[in-house]
Amino acid sequence: MKTVIVTYKTILRNKRLTTILSIILCILVFAGLSIAGFTISEKGLRTDLEERNLSPDACHIFGTDWLGRDMLTRIVKGLNLSLKIGLIAAGISTMIAVMLGLCSALFGGMVDFVIIWMIDLFMSLPHLVFLVLISFAAGGGAKGVVIGVAVTHWPALARVIRAEVLQLMNTEYIQIASKLGQSNTGIMTHHLLPHIVPQFLVGMILLFPHAILHEAGLSFIGMGLSPHTPAIGIILSESMRHLSTGYWWLAVIPGACLLFMVKLFDILGENIRDWVNPKILRG
Amino acid sequence: MIRQLLVKKVTHLASIVLSISVISFMLVSVSPIDPVRAYIGADMLAISRAQKEKIEERWGINEPMHVRYVKWFTELLHGNLGHSFIFNQKVTKVISTRFATSLWLMAAAWVISGMLGFVMGIVSGVMHGTFVDKLIRFYAYMLASTPTFWMGMLLLICFSMWLGWTPICCATPPGILLENVTFGQRIYHLILPAATLSIIGIANITLHTRQKLIDVLQSDFILFAISQGETIWGATRHHGIRNIILPAITIQFASFSELFGGSLLAETVFAYPGLGQATVLAGLKSDVPLLLGIVLFSVFFVFTGNTIADLIYTLVDPRIKAGAPK
Repeated sequence: MKTVIVTYKTILRNKRLTTILSIILCILVFAGLSIAGFTISEKGLRTDLEERNLSPDACHIFGTDWLGRDMLTRIVKGLNLSLKIGLIAAGISTMIAVMLGLCSALFGGMVDFVIIWMIDLFMSLPHLVFLVLISFAAGGGAKGVVIGVAVTHWPALARVIRAEVLQLMNTEYIQIASKLGQSNTGIMTHHLLPHIVPQFLVGMILLFPHAILHEAGLSFIGMGLSPHTPAIGIILSESMRHLSTGYWWLAVIPGACLLFMVKLFDILGENIRDWVNPKILRG
Repeated sequence: MIRQLLVKKVTHLASIVLSISVISFMLVSVSPIDPVRAYIGADMLAISRAQKEKIEERWGINEPMHVRYVKWFTELLHGNLGHSFIFNQKVTKVISTRFATSLWLMAAAWVISGMLGFVMGIVSGVMHGTFVDKLIRFYAYMLASTPTFWMGMLLLICFSMWLGWTPICCATPPGILLENVTFGQRIYHLILPAATLSIIGIANITLHTRQKLIDVLQSDFILFAISQGETIWGATRHHGIRNIILPAITIQFASFSELFGGSLLAETVFAYPGLGQATVLAGLKSDVPLLLGIVLFSVFFVFTGNTIADLIYTLVDPRIKAGAPK
């Protein structure tokens, strides 16, 4: 028994180890969620009027809604949808951010000016208003949401990457490499990319929460996914109509699950940042 | 120097408004949503093809985009943003009345979240590393990930359904003319939406203030003050706060963008008839002139916040004034 406690304490004291363990744990939860999303039977999504408005019990641990659909199934499906949209959005936005950030820092001059102006422009409009506008342009529906969250989340990260590259370009070892005759592409692949890749990875994961919350918000106000999709935003906007009836679980549980997932991405992102950049840990 | 700054700001605003107007006009133009169909709605079957064509001709829908844009922008320069069909009013009128309603909400949320967040940030910063600090940080990090609309729903369930302390919706009691609404009734209907936006808005300013204060408390002059017998709270009061209040105010003014976005969600939850709700309705019911008007207005709103933040820095902080190029 004693040895177990000692190892437990050693693990907690070793920040490096807790970081790696947290990362593994987060990834396991996400993997579990995806597997659950694939394997969970569609039966729960069917209407079953005999089992309407059941509060959470052993059979339906998250209860059922006013059409007798199992809330657990709907929530798992909804979270998986958020995961998918988040993945597309984070992937595309990070790609745009890295490309523009790199171009801005490497080419400078007019290119830099135009890219900074674009970042300014994107930040001059409230994000949600921008999403409504894009969603309207796409004619609403899933397409609008995906395009919207995918093309609007890059400015902050592009700024970070631009600053990072600019700073790197001024370091002595890169200037020496350049003076020693290394080509631009050589500097880029050997010296810049190893620094940018962690930024890229962390930036991408920390984009997830924003993308997921914006997707849910847009679906909630009715500009997003179609009402038949099992998405958290849709579930919550439907439950708005049933607030006065006292079916609290329709509103509380889906939101809590969404919060849980967003928080998990935050934790994952921060731990990966600590993992790739252990210097921060000492501070 | 202030004049130079203002000239720069106004040029910047003009360039942003121009670009955003072009981009948003292009976006609404590529939308597959048929404006005539959106306007007529369910009666679409009742009108003939010829009638539809007549409306299209009158609205100039079949003209090329740039021609329509120039027409719209010329009208915009004359202060005419067009007619909103869902409210059957001029867009400028809709925006001004709706914004007046939203202003109550946004101002209340802005002030409350700013003050509470600042105080919590100071407490957390002074006591950093303690249990209180951990609690405040946990709260702030949790709130930063919470969907605004869900927070609104939770408050609604708790205070309006269970406790019955607050109203369920709207900005005024139903069935009372707007002129007869008392100040108290307004406040009463404002509590929950404002609380929703404040609770979410606190996170950012708290974390920021905390970090700034910790940085300041590690500087030499604080060490000197404490070595002369000053307590940590005293040092914070006399030396800390004056160093962190400016960045905090700046952060708060720079948060106008989130405030506006949050109002869209909070106003939807509480059916609060403000500009946020109008934005949602304009999007859902395809009221293009209103949507474009609100987009431009929100740009102006965000710009105002950022400019005030910049100006405060320049006016209040003598170091920036001294360092600025003449």
